[in-house]
Amino acid sequence: MTERRPVGLEVRSEVVLPTNVAPEDANLVADFTPNLIDVGEHHLCPGCGEPIAIRAVMDAIAVLGLADKSMAVFGIGCSTAFSNNLDVEVLQALHGRAPSVATGVIRMRPELAVFTIQGDGDMGNEGLQEVLHAAARGENIVCIMLNNGVFGETGGHLTVTTTIGQRTKNTIEGRDADKHGHPMRIAELIAQIDGVGYVARGAVNDAGNVARTKRMVVEAFASQQAGNGLSFVEILTMCPTGWFIPTEDAPDYLAETIAGTHAVGVLRQEQSEQ
Amino acid sequence: MSSRLVEGSEVVADAMVRAGCRFFAGYPMTPFTEVLEHMASALPEVGGVCINAESELEAVGMVWGAAAAGTRAATGSTGQGLSLMQESIAEASLAGIGFVVLNMARGQGDYFQATRGGGHGDYRTPVLAPWGPAEVGDLVADAFDLADEWRNPVVVIGDYYLAHTWVDLDMSSEVATPRPSPAWALDGSSGGTGAAKLVSPLGTTKQRDGVGYDLAAHYAGCAERREQMTAGIAPRAELTHTDDAEVVLVAYGTMARYADAVVTALRAEGERVGLVRPITLWPFPEDIVAGAAEGSNVVAVYENNAGQMIDDVRISVGKSVPIVGLNGFQTDSSAFGIAPDVTVENLTASVRELLAGAKA
Ligand SMILES: Cc1ncc(C[n+]2csc(CCOP(=O)(O)OP(=O)(O)O)c2C)c(N)n1
Ligand code: SF4
Ligand SMILES: [Mg+2]
Repeated sequence: MTERRPVGLEVRSEVVLPTNVAPEDANLVADFTPNLIDVGEHHLCPGCGEPIAIRAVMDAIAVLGLADKSMAVFGIGCSTAFSNNLDVEVLQALHGRAPSVATGVIRMRPELAVFTIQGDGDMGNEGLQEVLHAAARGENIVCIMLNNGVFGETGGHLTVTTTIGQRTKNTIEGRDADKHGHPMRIAELIAQIDGVGYVARGAVNDAGNVARTKRMVVEAFASQQAGNGLSFVEILTMCPTGWFIPTEDAPDYLAETIAGTHAVGVLRQEQSEQ
Repeated sequence: MSSRLVEGSEVVADAMVRAGCRFFAGYPMTPFTEVLEHMASALPEVGGVCINAESELEAVGMVWGAAAAGTRAATGSTGQGLSLMQESIAEASLAGIGFVVLNMARGQGDYFQATRGGGHGDYRTPVLAPWGPAEVGDLVADAFDLADEWRNPVVVIGDYYLAHTWVDLDMSSEVATPRPSPAWALDGSSGGTGAAKLVSPLGTTKQRDGVGYDLAAHYAGCAERREQMTAGIAPRAELTHTDDAEVVLVAYGTMARYADAVVTALRAEGERVGLVRPITLWPFPEDIVAGAAEGSNVVAVYENNAGQMIDDVRISVGKSVPIVGLNGFQTDSSAFGIAPDVTVENLTASVRELLAGAKA
C-alpha cells in the first residue's frame, strides 16, 4: 500500500484496534498468533482483506505440515507487504510474472508445495496469460488470487475484475460496460482448462467465509500434493481505501457488489487417481 | 578424438549442457530457434528440463524461478524477444539471481541491447562474444561461472552465422556434473525455522528483524556489488599484428573473422594492419583497445550495424588517434543480418584506402 488517498471520507477519531495483540476482553477460541507469519502487525489499511487472506493461506500450510517444503512466489501489489514477513521461503516475482517463476521452481523442485500470491491486477491485468498457460501445462502449483476489483496499490484503479457500477479512480462514476468493458471472471476462466486440479472462489468478508476459504486453500494444497496439476483459489478481499467507502462498510459492499459478479463456491475438483 | 560436423547452434546447446545448465526455456525466433530445439532434446537426456515457453516474458520468468531454486539456468532469444525480457533481466540483477542469456542476434544491430541493456535502473550485464563455434564451449562455461560468482545475468552474444555455420569439431569432452545448489538459493527447507530465506529484487531484510524492505539501502548495496563486478571481471580481447600497425581494425564476433582474413592477407603483402577483437563486450577491453591504438594512424571499427561499438572504442581511445566507422551495410532481404556488402573484398578495399591515407 503506497498511495492511500481516501476520497470523500470524513476523518474519524475512534481508536483503531491493534491487530498484533488480542483485545483484552476477547473470548479467544484459537491461538491469536498467526501461523508462519513473523510479525502480526502490518501496515496495510485498516479493514483491508488481504492480511486475512494471507493468514488463511499460511494456516492451511501449517495445518498440512508443509512449512519446510513450501515456497511462496509473490507478485506486486499491496500484499507484497507480506513477502518479507513469512516463515516460509519466499521468492519475489515481478508484476504479473509469478506463475512462470513458480513454474521454474516446481520443475526443478517437484517435491515442494509451490504457491503464488497475486492481486487481481497482477494476475488478471498484467499477466493473465501466465496463469492460463501454467494451468494448461498442468504445472503442479497452487495459485492464489486476491481479488478486490482494484489496483489497491496504485490508489484504486480499474482492473479486469472490477464490477459494473464499481467506482474506481478511472471509472469515477462507476464502471459502465459501454465505456469501460465488462468484468472478467477469472476462476471460471481457469476452471474450464484441462490440466487443472482444483478451482474455488472464497471471500474474507465474514467469519463463515473466512473458515470456508481456509478449507478451500487446504483442498487446493492437498490437490497439489496429490499431483493433480494447478490449483486455483480466488479470494475476494475488502479494499475500503480503493473502493472509497468507510472501512466498516467494506464487508457488506463485498457481499452485495463484488460477490454478485464473482460468486463464492467450488468450481472444479478433480479426484486424484491414488 | 571424435570430431564430427556440427551446426553452431548445437555447439551452443552442447556447451550449456556441459557447463551444467539443467533448465532452459525459450520461444522460437531465428536464429535462436535451433538452440532451443537442441536444448529440448539434450536436456531431458541428462535429467534437465527444457520448456517451450508461451512467450519470452514467461521464458525469462521460468528461468528466474529455476535459478532461484539453485539450478544453472539459461534462456535467450533474438532482438525483439530479448526486448521483451529486459524488465526481468534488469530486476534479476537486483534480486541477485544469476543466469545466462543467449543474445542470438541477426546482424550486430543489438550490440547496444546486449551491452547497455534495455531495462531500467542501474544495472550491468557481462557480455561475452565468441567469434565462432570453436570458442563457444569455453565462453559459455565462463558465462555460467560469472553468473554464479556475481549472481547476475550474463549475456553470450552470437549471430546468424554463429548459429548456422557447420564446423568440424571435437564434441567428446565430458559432461560436468551440475554444481551443488548455492547456499543462498531456495529449496523450501528453511521454512518454519524462524529464519526462512527470501530472494527478492526489493532486498532481503525481513520484518522480524525490525526492518521492512529498505530500497535505498538495497539499491546502494547493489551498486556496490556492481562496482565489484566491474572491477572483478578481467576484460578480454585478442590482438593480431597490432604492435606496428598503421591501421588498427576493431571487430567482434563474425565481423572479426572477415577482419582477420583481411589482416592476414594484407600482412602477407607487408601492409601494417592489425586487429583487436574484443571478447568481453562488457566490461569493454578499454585499455587493450587503447594500447593497440597507440602509435597507429587510424582505428577502424568494423561492425554490421550503423555504428554502435564505435562508441566504446571512442571512450577507450579518446581523441589521440582518428577513429572511423566501417559500418552501415545494406540490410539483406531476409533481415537476418547477412549484409551482402560484408565481404573480404570490400573490407580489403576500405583498408587499402585507409592505408593510403595513413601514408599520405
Ligand atoms: C510492470 C509494472 N507495471 C506497473 C506497476 C505498478 N503497480 C504496482 S502494484 C499495481 C497494481 C496492483 O494491483 P493488484 O494486483 O490488484 O493488487 P492490490 O494492490 O489490489 O492488492 C501496479 C499497477 C508495476 N509494479 N510493474
Ligand atoms: S485496503 Fe486496499 S489500498 Fe489498502 S492495503 Fe488493502 S488492498 Fe491496499
Ligand atoms: Mg487488487
